[in-house]
Amino acid sequence: MLKYIIKRLINLIPVLIVLTLLVFLLMYLTPGDPALIRLSSQGANVTDELLAATRAEMGLDQSFFTRYFSWVGGILHGDFGMSYIDDMPIFPKLLDALMHTLALASASTVVSVMIAIPIGIFTAVKKDSIPDNIVRIFTFTGNAMPNFLIALLLMYLFCIRVRLFPVIAKGSVQGLMLPALSLSIPMISKFARQTRADVLQQLNEEYVIGMHARGVKERVILYKNVLHNALGSILTIISLQIRVLIGGSVVTEVIFRWPGVGSLIMDSIGGCDYPTVQGAVLILATLQILVNLATDISYCIIDKRIELE
Amino acid sequence: MKKEKVKMNKKQLKKARLKRKTIILGIIVLIVLVLSFFAPYFAPNDPYLTNAIAAKHPPTSEFLFGTDYLGRCVFSRVLVGARTSIFATLMLVIMSFIVGTAIGIICGYYGGAVDNIIMRITDILLSLPQLVLAIAVAGILGGSLVNTLIAIGITSWTSYARLARSHTMRIKNLPYINSCRMTGCSDFHILLTHVLPNLIGPMLVNATLEIGSTMLSIAGLSFLGLGVAPPAAEWGSMVSEGRSFLQIAPWTVFAPALSILFAVMLFNYFGESVCDLANSNEV
Repeated sequence: MLKYIIKRLINLIPVLIVLTLLVFLLMYLTPGDPALIRLSSQGANVTDELLAATRAEMGLDQSFFTRYFSWVGGILHGDFGMSYIDDMPIFPKLLDALMHTLALASASTVVSVMIAIPIGIFTAVKKDSIPDNIVRIFTFTGNAMPNFLIALLLMYLFCIRVRLFPVIAKGSVQGLMLPALSLSIPMISKFARQTRADVLQQLNEEYVIGMHARGVKERVILYKNVLHNALGSILTIISLQIRVLIGGSVVTEVIFRWPGVGSLIMDSIGGCDYPTVQGAVLILATLQILVNLATDISYCIIDKRIELE
Repeated sequence: MKKEKVKMNKKQLKKARLKRKTIILGIIVLIVLVLSFFAPYFAPNDPYLTNAIAAKHPPTSEFLFGTDYLGRCVFSRVLVGARTSIFATLMLVIMSFIVGTAIGIICGYYGGAVDNIIMRITDILLSLPQLVLAIAVAGILGGSLVNTLIAIGITSWTSYARLARSHTMRIKNLPYINSCRMTGCSDFHILLTHVLPNLIGPMLVNATLEIGSTMLSIAGLSFLGLGVAPPAAEWGSMVSEGRSFLQIAPWTVFAPALSILFAVMLFNYFGESVCDLANSNEV
């Protein structure tokens, strides 16, 4: 187990190197002179001397790799550079935004898992019944919904028609409800479908028939064996969905003005504040990589055979 | 014996039904494609004509979906936007299909160091949040339809490459490929006429399954203002424009948004039944 985790951690190193190179390259290839963008976004009166001084200060006269290594070195110490807009360090802003995004992501994941897995099991057991068909229509629609449609629909219903929630979330607990719900609906659709398919597949296995023949109770078969065996692929879909969630949260955060990393990215793109975009993308991608790692480790806990491969 | 025959018939019946369903869906998809291509010719009003007096008008017989904040006919704009939204999606799917398949076949056939490096790259790209990467790329390149397609395309070829690679690795060890090689066929000839036709089926199934999610990604990016530039009609950017008027003119948001929903539902349904049909052929 420990060996497996260490192996996975070592595998992370090249991934992180390529990730940082990619993100840095993104910035390097930006059209325009960063020093000019920085000065003009601060509204300074740009002169040739000022421009040259800013270029030297930002290290733009150095080679690609020198700049890359000093950037990565800074990140390792928690220094993501300075924002172009207000010349403040990016890291505290990023950390605050990350906390908000994590709150939103975990709230919607918990809600969707709690709703979707019981629905999935229920519809698998009662296959082709009326409730199954109703749920199927809902999950099919939920899968095809663009996330801004869900968010705007919820906003229209609960903020404008029935004034239950504030339109602007502002990071409060009450404001968290609608964004979390709007992220949950597509996730519930995917989880419920996947859980149903997995449980159905397991129910058709021979061991289930065998247990039935031996007179084991339906409930015991379902919760003890079938669910345990289906858990692996349910976990896969959860980790895949978290990737969709991290991307989809940008749209939802922008609509509800939730002060997370997504809003930060969009605001920074609007203000040409590229170091902040860089930092935010790096943080979200690292989050995704950690989620992947956690999923792989939890497979290993569920199914010991994986470790041997 | 008799029972087995009945069972066979049932299976065949199911397959026949599935085939009929897929064909009907395919015809509907085709009709939607043709309609959206010629949409600008039968739009009832000029989609770009602004009219301050008729702004934010609720749906009437003249303006089926009402008018937006500049008095433009939302129905006509939805029709015109269909072409941009649907054909941009198809173009992206086709491009990533071609690039991904080509890379996958070459990696699978030759193997070696290049294969190793490319597969590591796909591993890494698959482990990143694709939409975030696309947002950053499109944001830095600047908003335009081509940049959006590039931004999503950076990661979208990977799934095709992996699939094509695994199929090629299976096919290249089959006896008929060896005999081709013995008769002196060039690698290029083998890949094009013997490997490609044998993996194109599952690849196409995968591509039809991807249409829906690709359309959602493009819509998401253009909703964020990173897609087509505002005066042009495109579903995602129309939603984004109408968003500020959600309270007074909800139709400007929901008409294009529901169009996306129905288009994605249609493509998903079609993709799933193509996939089911392909699976039933295998068994």
